Amino acid sequence: MEQGVGLLAALPVNEVVFFINKVVIAGLIIGSVYALGAVGVTLIYGILRFAHFAHGDMMTAGAFFALIFVALFPTAGDALGLPSAFVLMPLAMVVTALFAIGIDKGFYAPLRAAKVRPVVIVMASIGVMLMMQGLIRLFAGTGTYQFDAGSKAIYRLPVMGRDIILTQPQALLIVFTALAAIALHLFLTRTRMGKAMRAVSDNPDLARVSGISIDSVVRSTWVIAGALAAAGGTLLALDVTLKPDLSFNIILPIFAAAIVGGVGQPYGAMAGGMLVGFTETLAVFNWSVLLRPLRPYLPDIIEIPNRIAFVPTEYKIVVPFFILIAVLIWKPTGIFKGRVLK
Amino acid sequence: MALLEMNDIHGGYGGTNILNGIDIAIDADQIGVIVGPNGAGKSTTLKALFGLLRVSQGSVAFGGKTVTNMAPEGLVREGLSFVPQEFNVFPTMSVQENLEMGAYIRRDDFRYLIDQVYGFFPPLKEKRKQPAGELSGGQRQMVAIGRALMTEPKLLLLDEPTAGLSPRYMGEIFDRIIEINKSGVGILMVEQNARQALALAHRGFVLAGGRNRFTGTGAELLADPEVARSFLGGGE
Repeated sequence: MEQGVGLLAALPVNEVVFFINKVVIAGLIIGSVYALGAVGVTLIYGILRFAHFAHGDMMTAGAFFALIFVALFPTAGDALGLPSAFVLMPLAMVVTALFAIGIDKGFYAPLRAAKVRPVVIVMASIGVMLMMQGLIRLFAGTGTYQFDAGSKAIYRLPVMGRDIILTQPQALLIVFTALAAIALHLFLTRTRMGKAMRAVSDNPDLARVSGISIDSVVRSTWVIAGALAAAGGTLLALDVTLKPDLSFNIILPIFAAAIVGGVGQPYGAMAGGMLVGFTETLAVFNWSVLLRPLRPYLPDIIEIPNRIAFVPTEYKIVVPFFILIAVLIWKPTGIFKGRVLK
Repeated sequence: MALLEMNDIHGGYGGTNILNGIDIAIDADQIGVIVGPNGAGKSTTLKALFGLLRVSQGSVAFGGKTVTNMAPEGLVREGLSFVPQEFNVFPTMSVQENLEMGAYIRRDDFRYLIDQVYGFFPPLKEKRKQPAGELSGGQRQMVAIGRALMTEPKLLLLDEPTAGLSPRYMGEIFDRIIEINKSGVGILMVEQNARQALALAHRGFVLAGGRNRFTGTGAELLADPEVARSFLGGGE
Protein backbone atom coordinates (compact mmCIF):
# COMPACT_ATOMS: atom_id res chain seq x y z
CA MET A 1 0.00 0.00 0.00
CA GLU A 2 2.67 2.39 1.07
CA GLN A 3 4.66 1.49 -1.96
CA GLY A 4 1.62 2.24 -4.13
CA VAL A 5 1.34 5.72 -2.74
CA GLY A 6 5.02 6.15 -3.29
CA LEU A 7 4.68 5.20 -6.95
CA LEU A 8 1.76 7.56 -7.35
CA ALA A 9 3.78 10.34 -5.82
CA ALA A 10 6.54 9.64 -8.31
CA LEU A 11 4.11 10.14 -11.19
CA PRO A 12 4.77 13.41 -12.91
CA VAL A 13 1.24 14.72 -12.24
CA ASN A 14 2.08 18.24 -13.29
CA GLU A 15 3.31 17.11 -16.63
CA VAL A 16 0.49 14.64 -17.26
CA VAL A 17 -2.18 17.23 -16.48
CA PHE A 18 -0.33 19.71 -18.67
CA PHE A 19 -0.39 17.12 -21.46
CA ILE A 20 -4.13 16.51 -20.98
CA ASN A 21 -4.87 20.24 -21.11
CA LYS A 22 -2.60 21.00 -24.03
CA VAL A 23 -3.16 17.92 -26.16
CA VAL A 24 -6.27 15.98 -25.18
CA ILE A 25 -8.55 18.93 -24.44
CA ALA A 26 -7.11 21.17 -27.14
CA GLY A 27 -7.27 18.32 -29.66
CA LEU A 28 -10.90 17.61 -28.79
CA ILE A 29 -11.76 21.28 -29.22
CA ILE A 30 -10.14 21.92 -32.56
CA GLY A 31 -11.05 18.40 -33.70
CA SER A 32 -14.71 19.14 -32.98
CA VAL A 33 -14.59 22.29 -35.10
CA TYR A 34 -12.96 20.40 -37.96
CA ALA A 35 -15.46 17.55 -37.61
CA LEU A 36 -18.44 19.91 -37.85
CA GLY A 37 -17.02 21.41 -41.04
CA ALA A 38 -15.79 18.16 -42.57
CA VAL A 39 -19.18 16.45 -42.22
CA GLY A 40 -20.67 19.12 -44.47
CA VAL A 41 -17.87 18.87 -47.02
CA THR A 42 -18.17 15.09 -47.14
CA LEU A 43 -21.99 15.08 -47.39
CA ILE A 44 -21.89 17.64 -50.20
CA TYR A 45 -19.28 15.60 -52.02
CA GLY A 46 -21.20 12.37 -51.50
CA ILE A 47 -24.44 13.74 -52.87
CA LEU A 48 -23.50 16.56 -55.23
CA ARG A 49 -20.12 15.15 -56.31
CA PHE A 50 -18.05 18.27 -55.93
CA ALA A 51 -15.56 19.69 -53.45
CA HIS A 52 -17.21 22.69 -51.84
CA PHE A 53 -14.37 25.11 -51.26
CA ALA A 54 -16.68 27.80 -49.95
CA HIS A 55 -17.44 25.70 -46.88
CA GLY A 56 -14.98 27.50 -44.62
CA ASP A 57 -16.70 30.76 -45.45
CA MET A 58 -20.04 29.13 -44.79
CA MET A 59 -18.72 28.63 -41.24
CA THR A 60 -17.57 32.26 -41.04
CA ALA A 61 -20.93 33.44 -42.36
CA GLY A 62 -22.73 31.29 -39.79
CA ALA A 63 -20.67 32.82 -36.99
CA PHE A 64 -21.47 36.32 -38.27
CA PHE A 65 -25.17 35.48 -38.40
CA ALA A 66 -24.85 34.44 -34.77
CA LEU A 67 -23.06 37.74 -34.05
CA ILE A 68 -25.98 39.65 -35.60
CA PHE A 69 -28.48 37.75 -33.46
CA VAL A 70 -26.39 38.42 -30.35
CA ALA A 71 -26.38 42.12 -31.19
CA LEU A 72 -30.18 41.99 -31.50
CA PHE A 73 -30.79 39.97 -28.33
CA PRO A 74 -27.69 40.48 -26.18
CA THR A 75 -29.20 39.02 -23.03
CA ALA A 76 -30.71 35.90 -24.55
CA GLY A 77 -28.46 33.55 -22.64
CA ASP A 78 -28.53 35.23 -19.23
CA ALA A 79 -31.46 33.29 -17.84
CA LEU A 80 -29.78 29.98 -18.65
CA GLY A 81 -26.31 30.99 -17.58
CA LEU A 82 -25.06 30.20 -21.07
CA PRO A 83 -23.41 32.45 -23.65
CA SER A 84 -26.04 34.30 -25.70
CA ALA A 85 -24.26 33.21 -28.87
CA PHE A 86 -24.85 29.57 -27.95
CA VAL A 87 -28.50 30.10 -27.07
CA LEU A 88 -29.06 31.98 -30.34
CA MET A 89 -26.98 29.54 -32.37
CA PRO A 90 -30.03 27.53 -33.56
CA LEU A 91 -31.30 30.71 -35.26
CA ALA A 92 -27.94 31.22 -36.95
CA MET A 93 -28.03 27.56 -38.03
CA VAL A 94 -31.46 28.01 -39.61
CA VAL A 95 -30.42 31.20 -41.40
CA THR A 96 -27.17 29.61 -42.62
CA ALA A 97 -29.08 26.56 -43.84
CA LEU A 98 -31.40 28.81 -45.86
CA PHE A 99 -28.40 30.81 -47.05
CA ALA A 100 -26.74 27.58 -48.21
CA ILE A 101 -29.87 26.57 -50.13
CA GLY A 102 -29.88 30.05 -51.69
CA ILE A 103 -26.22 29.75 -52.72
CA ASP A 104 -27.00 26.37 -54.28
CA LYS A 105 -30.04 27.70 -56.15
CA GLY A 106 -28.14 30.75 -57.37
CA PHE A 107 -24.82 29.25 -58.34
CA TYR A 108 -24.57 25.45 -58.30
CA ALA A 109 -28.06 24.30 -59.38
CA PRO A 110 -27.92 26.07 -62.78
CA LEU A 111 -24.56 24.40 -63.46
CA ARG A 112 -25.96 20.98 -62.50
CA ALA A 113 -28.94 21.60 -64.76
CA ALA A 114 -26.51 22.38 -67.58
CA LYS A 115 -24.84 19.02 -66.85
CA VAL A 116 -21.35 20.52 -66.60
CA ARG A 117 -18.42 18.42 -65.40
CA PRO A 118 -17.90 18.40 -61.61
CA VAL A 119 -14.66 20.39 -61.89
CA VAL A 120 -16.65 23.32 -63.27
CA ILE A 121 -18.78 23.34 -60.12
CA VAL A 122 -15.60 23.16 -58.01
CA MET A 123 -14.41 26.28 -59.83
CA ALA A 124 -17.77 27.91 -59.14
CA SER A 125 -17.37 27.07 -55.46
CA ILE A 126 -14.01 28.85 -55.45
CA GLY A 127 -15.80 31.82 -56.99
CA VAL A 128 -18.46 31.66 -54.29
CA MET A 129 -15.69 31.45 -51.69
CA LEU A 130 -14.07 34.66 -52.98
CA MET A 131 -17.44 36.35 -53.21
CA MET A 132 -18.37 35.40 -49.65
CA GLN A 133 -15.01 36.55 -48.32
CA GLY A 134 -15.59 39.87 -50.05
CA LEU A 135 -19.13 40.21 -48.74
CA ILE A 136 -18.11 39.37 -45.18
CA ARG A 137 -15.35 42.00 -45.30
CA LEU A 138 -17.74 44.48 -46.88
CA PHE A 139 -20.15 44.22 -43.96
CA ALA A 140 -17.83 43.32 -41.09
CA GLY A 141 -14.59 44.98 -42.08
CA THR A 142 -11.35 43.27 -41.24
CA GLY A 143 -11.42 43.66 -37.48
CA THR A 144 -11.70 41.04 -34.78
CA TYR A 145 -14.93 40.45 -32.91
CA GLN A 146 -15.30 38.92 -29.50
CA PHE A 147 -18.42 37.06 -28.46
CA ASP A 148 -19.49 37.69 -24.90
CA ALA A 149 -18.85 34.34 -23.27
CA GLY A 150 -21.65 34.90 -20.76
CA SER A 151 -21.09 33.49 -17.31
CA LYS A 152 -17.45 32.78 -18.12
CA ALA A 153 -17.81 29.56 -16.18
CA ILE A 154 -14.66 27.46 -16.11
CA TYR A 155 -14.84 23.83 -15.22
CA ARG A 156 -11.92 22.49 -13.24
CA LEU A 157 -11.31 18.85 -12.51
CA PRO A 158 -8.66 18.71 -9.81
CA VAL A 159 -6.10 15.95 -10.24
CA MET A 160 -3.76 15.77 -7.25
CA GLY A 161 -3.28 19.45 -6.89
CA ARG A 162 -3.46 20.32 -10.59
CA ASP A 163 -6.57 21.16 -12.57
CA ILE A 164 -7.80 19.89 -15.87
CA ILE A 165 -9.37 23.04 -17.24
CA LEU A 166 -12.26 23.44 -19.61
CA THR A 167 -14.02 26.72 -20.31
CA GLN A 168 -17.77 26.74 -20.77
CA PRO A 169 -17.63 27.47 -24.55
CA GLN A 170 -15.19 24.60 -24.95
CA ALA A 171 -17.43 22.22 -23.05
CA LEU A 172 -20.41 23.37 -25.13
CA LEU A 173 -18.45 22.77 -28.32
CA ILE A 174 -17.43 19.24 -27.37
CA VAL A 175 -20.89 18.27 -26.10
CA PHE A 176 -22.61 19.81 -29.12
CA THR A 177 -20.33 17.95 -31.53
CA ALA A 178 -20.93 14.64 -29.78
CA LEU A 179 -24.70 15.20 -29.84
CA ALA A 180 -24.56 16.28 -33.49
CA ALA A 181 -22.69 13.07 -34.36
CA ILE A 182 -25.33 10.95 -32.62
CA ALA A 183 -28.19 12.90 -34.19
CA LEU A 184 -26.62 12.61 -37.64
CA HIS A 185 -26.17 8.87 -37.17
CA LEU A 186 -29.81 8.41 -36.18
CA PHE A 187 -30.94 10.63 -39.05
CA LEU A 188 -28.94 8.71 -41.66
CA THR A 189 -29.90 5.24 -40.42
CA ARG A 190 -33.45 5.66 -39.11
CA THR A 191 -35.25 8.28 -41.17
CA ARG A 192 -36.67 8.11 -44.67
CA MET A 193 -34.82 11.24 -45.81
CA GLY A 194 -31.56 10.16 -44.18
CA LYS A 195 -31.67 6.82 -45.96
CA ALA A 196 -32.57 8.57 -49.21
CA MET A 197 -29.45 10.72 -48.79
CA ARG A 198 -27.33 7.59 -48.40
CA ALA A 199 -29.07 6.09 -51.43
CA VAL A 200 -28.27 9.11 -53.59
CA SER A 201 -24.68 9.03 -52.35
CA ASP A 202 -24.48 5.30 -53.17
CA ASN A 203 -26.10 5.32 -56.60
CA PRO A 204 -27.78 8.50 -57.85
CA ASP A 205 -29.16 6.91 -61.02
CA LEU A 206 -30.83 4.11 -59.13
CA ALA A 207 -32.15 6.59 -56.56
CA ARG A 208 -33.82 8.50 -59.37
CA VAL A 209 -35.20 5.30 -60.87
CA SER A 210 -36.66 4.46 -57.44
CA GLY A 211 -38.61 7.71 -57.46
CA ILE A 212 -36.43 9.45 -54.85
CA SER A 213 -36.67 13.20 -55.33
CA ILE A 214 -33.09 14.31 -55.88
CA ASP A 215 -34.13 17.94 -55.28
CA SER A 216 -35.31 17.29 -51.75
CA VAL A 217 -32.21 15.21 -50.99
CA VAL A 218 -30.02 18.07 -52.22
CA ARG A 219 -31.96 20.51 -50.07
CA SER A 220 -31.56 18.42 -46.91
CA THR A 221 -27.86 18.09 -47.66
CA TRP A 222 -27.46 21.87 -47.70
CA VAL A 223 -29.59 22.24 -44.59
CA ILE A 224 -27.40 19.82 -42.62
CA ALA A 225 -24.11 21.08 -44.04
CA GLY A 226 -25.08 24.73 -43.55
CA ALA A 227 -26.43 24.23 -40.04
CA LEU A 228 -23.37 22.30 -38.85
CA ALA A 229 -21.07 24.84 -40.49
CA ALA A 230 -22.82 27.65 -38.62
CA ALA A 231 -22.51 25.72 -35.36
CA GLY A 232 -18.83 25.00 -35.95
CA GLY A 233 -18.07 28.61 -36.85
CA THR A 234 -20.03 30.05 -33.94
CA LEU A 235 -18.56 27.69 -31.36
CA LEU A 236 -15.03 28.28 -32.65
CA ALA A 237 -15.57 32.04 -32.53
CA LEU A 238 -16.97 31.72 -29.01
CA ASP A 239 -13.87 29.83 -27.89
CA VAL A 240 -11.36 32.19 -29.51
CA THR A 241 -12.40 35.20 -31.58
CA LEU A 242 -14.37 35.89 -34.72
CA LYS A 243 -12.35 37.18 -37.63
CA PRO A 244 -13.50 37.61 -41.21
CA ASP A 245 -10.63 35.38 -42.32
CA LEU A 246 -11.64 32.54 -39.99
CA SER A 247 -12.01 30.28 -43.01
CA PHE A 248 -8.42 30.77 -44.12
CA ASN A 249 -6.98 28.63 -41.35
CA ILE A 250 -9.79 26.15 -41.33
CA ILE A 251 -10.56 25.12 -44.89
CA LEU A 252 -7.39 23.04 -45.36
CA PRO A 253 -7.75 21.04 -42.12
CA ILE A 254 -11.41 20.45 -42.96
CA PHE A 255 -10.61 19.05 -46.37
CA ALA A 256 -7.81 17.00 -44.85
CA ALA A 257 -10.30 15.64 -42.30
CA ALA A 258 -12.89 14.79 -44.97
CA ILE A 259 -10.28 13.05 -47.13
CA VAL A 260 -8.62 11.19 -44.25
CA GLY A 261 -12.03 9.96 -43.17
CA GLY A 262 -12.93 8.79 -46.66
CA VAL A 263 -14.77 11.26 -48.85
CA GLY A 264 -18.53 10.74 -48.72
CA GLN A 265 -18.38 9.01 -45.31
CA PRO A 266 -19.98 11.16 -42.59
CA TYR A 267 -18.55 9.08 -39.71
CA GLY A 268 -15.19 9.19 -41.42
CA ALA A 269 -15.38 12.97 -41.51
CA MET A 270 -16.06 13.07 -37.77
CA ALA A 271 -13.16 10.71 -37.07
CA GLY A 272 -10.98 12.56 -39.58
CA GLY A 273 -11.73 15.88 -37.86
CA MET A 274 -10.58 14.45 -34.54
CA LEU A 275 -7.53 12.86 -36.14
CA VAL A 276 -6.42 16.10 -37.76
CA GLY A 277 -7.15 18.04 -34.56
CA PHE A 278 -5.12 15.67 -32.38
CA THR A 279 -2.30 15.49 -34.89
CA GLU A 280 -2.09 19.28 -34.88
CA THR A 281 -1.97 19.55 -31.11
CA LEU A 282 0.53 16.68 -30.82
CA ALA A 283 2.70 18.24 -33.49
CA VAL A 284 2.96 21.60 -31.77
CA PHE A 285 3.14 20.17 -28.24
CA ASN A 286 6.32 20.93 -26.36
CA TRP A 287 7.54 17.44 -25.55
CA SER A 288 10.39 18.65 -23.38
CA VAL A 289 7.78 19.21 -20.66
CA LEU A 290 7.21 15.47 -20.50
CA LEU A 291 10.94 14.75 -20.52
CA ARG A 292 11.76 17.08 -17.64
CA PRO A 293 10.81 14.58 -14.89
CA LEU A 294 13.45 12.26 -16.34
CA ARG A 295 16.20 14.78 -15.69
CA PRO A 296 17.38 13.26 -12.38
CA TYR A 297 17.88 9.90 -14.09
CA LEU A 298 19.79 11.18 -17.07
CA PRO A 299 23.56 11.65 -17.16
CA ASP A 300 24.61 15.28 -16.96
CA ILE A 301 25.93 15.43 -20.46
CA ILE A 302 22.39 15.04 -21.88
CA GLU A 303 20.65 18.38 -21.83
CA ILE A 304 16.91 18.55 -22.30
CA PRO A 305 16.20 21.47 -24.58
CA ASN A 306 13.55 23.95 -23.54
CA ARG A 307 11.45 23.28 -26.54
CA ILE A 308 11.00 20.03 -28.48
CA ALA A 309 8.07 20.19 -30.86
CA PHE A 310 7.62 18.60 -34.25
CA VAL A 311 6.36 21.85 -35.68
CA PRO A 312 6.58 25.38 -34.31
CA THR A 313 3.12 26.68 -33.39
CA GLU A 314 3.12 29.33 -36.08
CA TYR A 315 3.54 26.62 -38.74
CA LYS A 316 0.64 24.51 -37.48
CA ILE A 317 -1.06 24.75 -40.87
CA VAL A 318 1.56 22.46 -42.43
CA VAL A 319 0.20 19.57 -40.33
CA PRO A 320 -3.11 19.11 -42.18
CA PHE A 321 -1.25 19.83 -45.39
CA PHE A 322 1.13 16.97 -44.65
CA ILE A 323 -1.74 14.67 -43.65
CA LEU A 324 -3.52 15.56 -46.88
CA ILE A 325 -0.52 14.72 -49.03
CA ALA A 326 0.27 11.54 -47.10
CA VAL A 327 -3.30 10.27 -47.44
CA LEU A 328 -3.48 11.13 -51.13
CA ILE A 329 -0.24 9.26 -51.77
CA TRP A 330 -0.70 6.18 -49.57
CA LYS A 331 -4.42 5.76 -48.99
CA PRO A 332 -6.46 7.92 -51.35
CA THR A 333 -9.77 6.36 -50.23
CA GLY A 334 -9.19 7.38 -46.61
CA ILE A 335 -9.61 5.25 -43.52
CA PHE A 336 -13.33 4.66 -44.07
CA LYS A 337 -12.97 3.73 -47.75
CA GLY A 338 -14.56 6.73 -49.39
CA ARG A 339 -14.32 7.94 -52.93
CA VAL A 340 -11.19 9.26 -54.54
CA LEU A 341 -11.60 12.99 -54.77
CA LYS A 342 -11.35 14.07 -58.38
CA MET B 1 -56.73 -3.14 -73.69
CA ALA B 2 -53.01 -2.84 -73.92
CA LEU B 3 -51.22 -1.93 -70.70
CA LEU B 4 -48.29 -0.50 -72.60
CA GLU B 5 -48.21 0.84 -76.13
CA MET B 6 -45.06 2.30 -77.64
CA ASN B 7 -45.69 3.57 -81.14
CA ASP B 8 -43.00 4.35 -83.69
CA ILE B 9 -40.41 5.39 -81.08
CA HIS B 10 -37.38 7.31 -82.31
CA GLY B 11 -34.60 8.52 -80.05
CA GLY B 12 -30.92 8.37 -79.24
CA TYR B 13 -27.98 10.09 -77.61
CA GLY B 14 -26.76 13.42 -78.91
CA GLY B 15 -27.39 13.66 -82.63
CA THR B 16 -27.33 9.96 -83.44
CA ASN B 17 -30.56 8.01 -83.42
CA ILE B 18 -30.44 4.52 -81.98
CA LEU B 19 -34.17 3.89 -82.15
CA ASN B 20 -35.68 4.26 -85.60
CA GLY B 21 -39.28 3.28 -85.09
CA ILE B 22 -39.95 0.79 -82.31
CA ASP B 23 -43.41 -0.62 -81.65
CA ILE B 24 -44.06 -2.48 -78.42
CA ALA B 25 -47.46 -3.41 -77.06
CA ILE B 26 -48.24 -5.72 -74.18
CA ASP B 27 -51.36 -6.39 -72.14
CA ALA B 28 -51.63 -6.37 -68.38
CA ASP B 29 -50.31 -9.56 -66.76
CA GLN B 30 -48.25 -10.49 -69.83
CA ILE B 31 -44.55 -11.17 -70.15
CA GLY B 32 -42.97 -9.29 -73.04
CA VAL B 33 -39.46 -10.13 -74.13
CA ILE B 34 -37.20 -7.98 -76.30
CA VAL B 35 -34.34 -9.78 -78.04
CA GLY B 36 -31.94 -8.91 -80.82
CA PRO B 37 -28.26 -8.55 -81.61
CA ASN B 38 -25.92 -6.16 -79.80
CA GLY B 39 -26.63 -2.56 -80.73
CA ALA B 40 -30.18 -3.34 -81.82
CA GLY B 41 -31.54 -0.80 -79.33
CA LYS B 42 -33.00 -3.24 -76.79
CA SER B 43 -31.80 -1.54 -73.61
CA THR B 44 -32.24 1.85 -75.24
CA THR B 45 -35.92 1.02 -75.77
CA LEU B 46 -36.37 0.40 -72.04
CA LYS B 47 -34.53 3.61 -71.22
CA ALA B 48 -36.66 5.60 -73.65
CA LEU B 49 -39.76 4.09 -72.09
CA PHE B 50 -38.59 4.92 -68.58
CA GLY B 51 -37.77 8.55 -69.31
CA LEU B 52 -33.99 8.06 -69.14
CA LEU B 53 -33.53 8.89 -72.81
CA ARG B 54 -35.39 11.49 -74.80
CA VAL B 55 -37.95 10.21 -77.27
CA SER B 56 -37.74 12.50 -80.31
CA GLN B 57 -40.65 11.01 -82.21
CA GLY B 58 -43.45 8.59 -81.44
CA SER B 59 -45.61 8.09 -78.37
CA VAL B 60 -45.73 5.98 -75.24
CA ALA B 61 -49.05 5.18 -73.60
CA PHE B 62 -49.25 3.41 -70.26
CA GLY B 63 -52.56 2.33 -68.80
CA GLY B 64 -54.34 4.46 -71.39
CA LYS B 65 -52.42 7.61 -70.44
CA THR B 66 -49.78 9.27 -72.63
CA VAL B 67 -46.49 9.25 -70.73
CA THR B 68 -44.02 10.08 -73.49
CA ASN B 69 -40.86 11.61 -71.98
CA MET B 70 -42.29 11.66 -68.48
CA ALA B 71 -39.53 11.74 -65.82
CA PRO B 72 -38.80 8.46 -63.98
CA GLU B 73 -40.22 9.80 -60.70
CA GLY B 74 -43.58 10.32 -62.42
CA LEU B 75 -43.50 6.95 -64.14
CA VAL B 76 -42.85 5.18 -60.83
CA ARG B 77 -46.03 6.78 -59.50
CA GLU B 78 -47.91 5.66 -62.62
CA GLY B 79 -46.96 2.05 -61.86
CA LEU B 80 -43.80 1.41 -63.84
CA SER B 81 -40.67 0.02 -62.21
CA PHE B 82 -37.26 -0.39 -63.77
CA VAL B 83 -34.35 -2.69 -62.92
CA PRO B 84 -31.19 -1.50 -64.70
CA GLN B 85 -28.75 -4.09 -65.93
CA GLU B 86 -25.78 -2.86 -63.92
CA PHE B 87 -25.37 -0.89 -60.70
CA ASN B 88 -28.88 -1.87 -59.73
CA VAL B 89 -28.48 -1.95 -55.94
CA PHE B 90 -27.36 0.57 -53.30
CA PRO B 91 -24.13 -1.21 -52.41
CA THR B 92 -23.41 0.16 -48.93
CA MET B 93 -27.02 -0.10 -47.79
CA SER B 94 -28.44 -3.27 -46.31
CA VAL B 95 -30.76 -5.55 -48.27
CA GLN B 96 -33.69 -4.33 -46.20
CA GLU B 97 -32.75 -0.68 -46.75
CA ASN B 98 -32.55 -1.32 -50.49
CA LEU B 99 -36.12 -2.57 -50.38
CA GLU B 100 -37.18 0.42 -48.29
CA MET B 101 -35.68 2.74 -50.91
CA GLY B 102 -37.79 0.97 -53.52
CA ALA B 103 -40.80 2.00 -51.47
CA TYR B 104 -39.59 5.60 -51.13
CA ILE B 105 -42.69 7.07 -52.78
CA ARG B 106 -45.02 5.18 -50.44
CA ARG B 107 -46.30 6.82 -47.29
CA ASP B 108 -48.13 3.76 -46.00
CA ASP B 109 -46.88 0.86 -43.89
CA PHE B 110 -45.17 -1.31 -46.50
CA ARG B 111 -43.78 -4.04 -44.27
CA TYR B 112 -46.12 -6.60 -45.82
CA LEU B 113 -44.45 -5.90 -49.18
CA ILE B 114 -41.00 -6.53 -47.74
CA ASP B 115 -42.31 -9.88 -46.48
CA GLN B 116 -43.76 -10.54 -49.92
CA VAL B 117 -40.35 -9.91 -51.53
CA TYR B 118 -38.71 -12.24 -48.99
CA GLY B 119 -41.39 -14.74 -50.01
CA PHE B 120 -40.28 -14.50 -53.65
CA PHE B 121 -36.58 -14.53 -52.71
CA PRO B 122 -36.08 -16.47 -49.45
CA PRO B 123 -32.25 -16.09 -49.43
CA LEU B 124 -32.68 -12.33 -48.99
CA LYS B 125 -34.41 -12.72 -45.65
CA GLU B 126 -31.33 -14.19 -43.99
CA LYS B 127 -29.14 -11.52 -45.53
CA ARG B 128 -31.46 -8.60 -44.86
CA LYS B 129 -28.91 -6.80 -42.67
CA GLN B 130 -25.96 -7.30 -45.04
CA PRO B 131 -24.83 -4.55 -47.39
CA ALA B 132 -26.18 -5.37 -50.84
CA GLY B 133 -22.74 -4.79 -52.37
CA GLU B 134 -21.38 -7.82 -50.53
CA LEU B 135 -23.88 -10.29 -52.02
CA SER B 136 -23.27 -12.64 -54.94
CA GLY B 137 -24.37 -11.57 -58.41
CA GLY B 138 -27.52 -13.67 -58.31
CA GLN B 139 -28.55 -12.40 -54.90
CA ARG B 140 -27.83 -8.83 -55.93
CA GLN B 141 -30.19 -9.36 -58.85
CA MET B 142 -32.82 -10.57 -56.39
CA VAL B 143 -32.36 -7.40 -54.33
CA ALA B 144 -32.65 -5.31 -57.50
CA ILE B 145 -35.89 -6.99 -58.58
CA GLY B 146 -37.20 -6.91 -55.02
CA ARG B 147 -36.52 -3.19 -54.80
CA ALA B 148 -38.46 -2.62 -58.00
CA LEU B 149 -41.42 -4.63 -56.68
CA MET B 150 -41.80 -2.42 -53.61
CA THR B 151 -44.02 0.06 -55.44
CA GLU B 152 -46.40 -2.76 -56.45
CA PRO B 153 -45.86 -1.88 -60.11
CA LYS B 154 -48.27 -2.74 -62.89
CA LEU B 155 -45.34 -3.29 -65.21
CA LEU B 156 -41.82 -4.31 -64.28
CA LEU B 157 -39.02 -3.44 -66.73
CA LEU B 158 -35.98 -5.72 -66.52
CA ASP B 159 -32.79 -5.00 -68.44
CA GLU B 160 -30.99 -8.32 -68.94
CA PRO B 161 -31.86 -9.76 -65.54
CA THR B 162 -29.71 -12.86 -66.08
CA ALA B 163 -26.60 -11.17 -67.53
CA GLY B 164 -23.45 -12.64 -66.04
CA LEU B 165 -25.29 -15.17 -63.88
CA SER B 166 -24.45 -18.86 -63.63
CA PRO B 167 -26.97 -21.22 -65.31
CA ARG B 168 -28.30 -22.24 -61.89
CA TYR B 169 -29.13 -18.64 -60.94
CA MET B 170 -30.39 -17.93 -64.45
CA GLY B 171 -33.02 -20.66 -64.13
CA GLU B 172 -33.93 -19.44 -60.68
CA ILE B 173 -34.36 -15.82 -61.78
CA PHE B 174 -36.54 -16.91 -64.73
CA ASP B 175 -38.67 -19.03 -62.39
CA ARG B 176 -39.10 -16.07 -60.05
CA ILE B 177 -40.03 -13.79 -62.97
CA ILE B 178 -42.80 -16.21 -63.97
CA GLU B 179 -43.97 -16.33 -60.36
CA ILE B 180 -43.99 -12.52 -60.09
CA ASN B 181 -45.92 -12.34 -63.36
CA LYS B 182 -48.48 -14.85 -62.04
CA SER B 183 -48.99 -12.59 -59.02
CA GLY B 184 -50.38 -9.99 -61.44
CA VAL B 185 -47.37 -7.92 -62.49
CA GLY B 186 -46.73 -7.31 -66.19
CA ILE B 187 -43.11 -7.87 -67.27
CA LEU B 188 -41.13 -6.33 -70.10
CA MET B 189 -37.59 -7.59 -70.25
CA VAL B 190 -34.57 -7.40 -72.49
CA GLU B 191 -32.66 -10.68 -72.68
CA GLN B 192 -29.51 -12.04 -74.24
CA ASN B 193 -30.53 -15.61 -73.50
CA ALA B 194 -33.12 -15.31 -76.24
CA ARG B 195 -34.35 -18.91 -76.42
CA GLN B 196 -35.01 -19.33 -72.72
CA ALA B 197 -36.61 -15.90 -72.50
CA LEU B 198 -38.86 -16.29 -75.54
CA ALA B 199 -39.99 -19.65 -74.16
CA LEU B 200 -41.70 -17.83 -71.29
CA ALA B 201 -42.86 -14.79 -73.29
CA HIS B 202 -46.45 -14.00 -74.13
CA ARG B 203 -45.18 -11.36 -76.52
CA GLY B 204 -41.79 -11.32 -78.20
CA PHE B 205 -40.08 -8.50 -80.06
CA VAL B 206 -37.02 -9.08 -82.20
CA LEU B 207 -35.21 -5.80 -82.80
CA ALA B 208 -32.41 -4.98 -85.21
CA GLY B 209 -31.03 -1.60 -86.21
CA GLY B 210 -33.43 0.17 -83.88
CA ARG B 211 -36.52 -1.29 -85.59
CA ASN B 212 -38.87 -4.19 -85.00
CA ARG B 213 -37.91 -7.07 -87.26
CA PHE B 214 -40.31 -9.65 -85.91
CA THR B 215 -43.18 -9.41 -83.50
CA GLY B 216 -45.35 -12.23 -82.25
CA THR B 217 -45.98 -14.57 -79.38
CA GLY B 218 -42.91 -16.19 -77.89
CA ALA B 219 -43.89 -19.54 -79.34
CA GLU B 220 -44.40 -18.07 -82.83
CA LEU B 221 -41.00 -16.44 -82.82
CA LEU B 222 -39.27 -19.59 -81.59
CA ALA B 223 -41.00 -21.56 -84.36
CA ASP B 224 -40.11 -19.08 -87.10
CA PRO B 225 -37.16 -20.50 -89.03
CA GLU B 226 -35.97 -17.06 -90.12
CA VAL B 227 -35.89 -15.76 -86.56
CA ALA B 228 -34.00 -18.87 -85.56
CA ARG B 229 -31.51 -18.54 -88.40
CA SER B 230 -30.83 -14.81 -88.04
CA PHE B 231 -31.24 -14.15 -84.34
CA LEU B 232 -31.15 -17.28 -82.27
CA GLY B 233 -27.81 -18.63 -83.46
CA GLY B 234 -28.97 -21.15 -86.07
CA GLY B 235 -31.34 -24.11 -85.68
CA GLU B 236 -31.65 -26.45 -82.77
